[in-house]
Amino acid sequence: MAGYDEVTLARLEADAREIIARYPQARSALLPMLHLVQSEDGYVSPAGIALCARLLELTTAEVSAVATFYTQYKRHPNGEYTVGVCTNTLCAIMGGDAIWEELSAHLGIGHDETTDDGAVTLERIECNAACDYAPVVMVNWEFFDNQTPASTVETVERLRAGQPVSPTRGADTVCSFRQMSRVLAGFPDGRADEGVGAGPATVRGTVLARERGWSAPEFDVPADDAADAGGGVPDDGQPQSSAERPPTTPADTSAATKTSSDKES
Amino acid sequence: MAATTPLAPVISAHWDAERSWTLATYEAHGGYAGLRRALALDPADVVTTVKDSGLRGRGGAGFPTGMKWGFLPAPDGGPRYLVVNADESEPGTCKDTPLMMASPQALIEGSIITSYAIGCRQAFIYVRGEILHVYRRLLRAVEEAYAAGYLGTDILGSGYDLDITVHAGAGAYICGEETALLDSLEGLRGQPRLKPPFPAVAGLYARPTVVNNVESIASVPGILTGGSDWFRSMGTEKSAGHGLFSLSGHVERPGQYEAPLGVTLRELLDLAGGVRTGHELKFWTPGGSSTPIFTAEHLDVPLDYESVGAAGSMLGTRALQIFDETTSVVRAVTRWTEFYAHESCGKCTPCREGTFWMKQVLRRLEAGQGTPQDIDLLLDTCENILGRAFCALGDGATSPITSAIQYFREEFEAGTHTPAWVLFPPERSSLFPYTPRETGRALVGTVHA
Repeated sequence: MAGYDEVTLARLEADAREIIARYPQARSALLPMLHLVQSEDGYVSPAGIALCARLLELTTAEVSAVATFYTQYKRHPNGEYTVGVCTNTLCAIMGGDAIWEELSAHLGIGHDETTDDGAVTLERIECNAACDYAPVVMVNWEFFDNQTPASTVETVERLRAGQPVSPTRGADTVCSFRQMSRVLAGFPDGRADEGVGAGPATVRGTVLARERGWSAPEFDVPADDAADAGGGVPDDGQPQSSAERPPTTPADTSAATKTSSDKES
Repeated sequence: MAATTPLAPVISAHWDAERSWTLATYEAHGGYAGLRRALALDPADVVTTVKDSGLRGRGGAGFPTGMKWGFLPAPDGGPRYLVVNADESEPGTCKDTPLMMASPQALIEGSIITSYAIGCRQAFIYVRGEILHVYRRLLRAVEEAYAAGYLGTDILGSGYDLDITVHAGAGAYICGEETALLDSLEGLRGQPRLKPPFPAVAGLYARPTVVNNVESIASVPGILTGGSDWFRSMGTEKSAGHGLFSLSGHVERPGQYEAPLGVTLRELLDLAGGVRTGHELKFWTPGGSSTPIFTAEHLDVPLDYESVGAAGSMLGTRALQIFDETTSVVRAVTRWTEFYAHESCGKCTPCREGTFWMKQVLRRLEAGQGTPQDIDLLLDTCENILGRAFCALGDGATSPITSAIQYFREEFEAGTHTPAWVLFPPERSSLFPYTPRETGRALVGTVHA
């Protein structure tokens, strides 16, 4: 097929077949396959469209019709990092507009444009489900919470200098656009255990409730079920909590899985 | 039955545990007790338990979850599907994403119980593509669940088999609409389908399908462990149980607060340190941008489905976006309308054209260049969208406009002579000082053409 050499084509086809096998009907594989194409070419290339069409027995027009519907599929080569500034209402008002103005002026580019060095593609993005961390910036769809114009400019300068940047909630460092696209195609990169479980805003209610001794009602577990039911979600230190349960799995005794709430109790 | 406390963390109870996202941590806090309980029951009894709990959909519409499951036709030997809607995109809504980041196993366990209840052998989690690390965590959670025998064949020796596929979207708000989500999952453009038939009858691949929100599904393990009465001991009679309330914006301590339904914004604001110091509440959304805005007069409205509805809005996703007196309501509504215009899928004319034109009108009002007829024009356009659009996106697009005009008409009238950024300098609303570079919008000059 035009566009890919033999080795690349064989590799992409093998990956695509693996994606197709996840679904009862082959066409469901199209969205992840388009992510796969972006992991190879950095955008939805004509060669990639042709590949998807051939493997799914669609026309290239049918594939293009889908690709152009979704904002994450890029119609021209993307920069190594997509930097998205949330300018939906809440983030905009909390400072997202200021971040956008500063960053756009600093880089000299607008929405969906890429710096000359190919490092950064700038986007105005819609709500990314992190409003309690506004204003929010996403770099290759990793969370950069509570941003300012200065912090965001610093981030893009590091990216352009080839230095690693770390999201507030995400992997230890931001990966490239192509690496990200491969994950979105459903191929794990082994980084799920990196980073925090939650940021400070996420656990505000959890921590406050514990401080004040508030909790949901205890589970009323019948005695003969108690051992099997394993406790559900009781307060730490209360009956049925992990502290009360006899060890039944390696996790119960392994120091590596101690939790912060265990330390408190 | 215990008296409930102001906050009642269930789903969020252990989000701050070290490595909270791992199966080991989840099990150490009682995880998978609900699944064991469920597998000891007949699937129909699992459905009954969830029906009796009064759990209503946590994705916005509030439809009773157990009843939705009960709508599936009798088994005919063919496949039946569970599709979890993890496409959280409603402006202001930020609960499912931290849930899946901190505790993905809660969603996996809930998905297994639900699949067992409805006779599903392959479930799908459709997660938006713009939350990379959440997708990583979900893939890993599924891997861990397979390794532990919670997924695959003969789950926990029950003879029940289930596979879960985690599917990443690619950026489209409309895919949060359940039938658009199904089209997208089938590899099509994400456009809504005509209903009926409803997904329960003809959903994914035209087979019986349950589509549920992440938080709804993550609530199921607790209901199975604690029982329907335990769940009902929280909340109100018709709005039972616990829910995540997400405070954002001009509030001292924004974040997730899990409370019994029926809590008020006044109570939540008190827990969150109040509106930012030196300022006062101007307007807020009870459930995301598609729910009509409220003002300070609604501080004591119980945040349950019925009370919020009676007060003229919708509980939605409990996305409480707080705006203080520095905020231009015209600016806020214009931006939301730009969002709806951007995200309209284009399938139906009222939404596609209506959102486009409302955006033009609002932009000139924001720029102080509106005409005296513009408010009526907006209301007339809203009237021609509401109830006439193919799906709820169009209806949602009208909510901020009609409610904002209802409560703040004078600000829209001011849009005929004074730009919003003059009346409400944006640097007063932001969290940090700055000097706006743009004094207007590039597009403003063209909208009268």
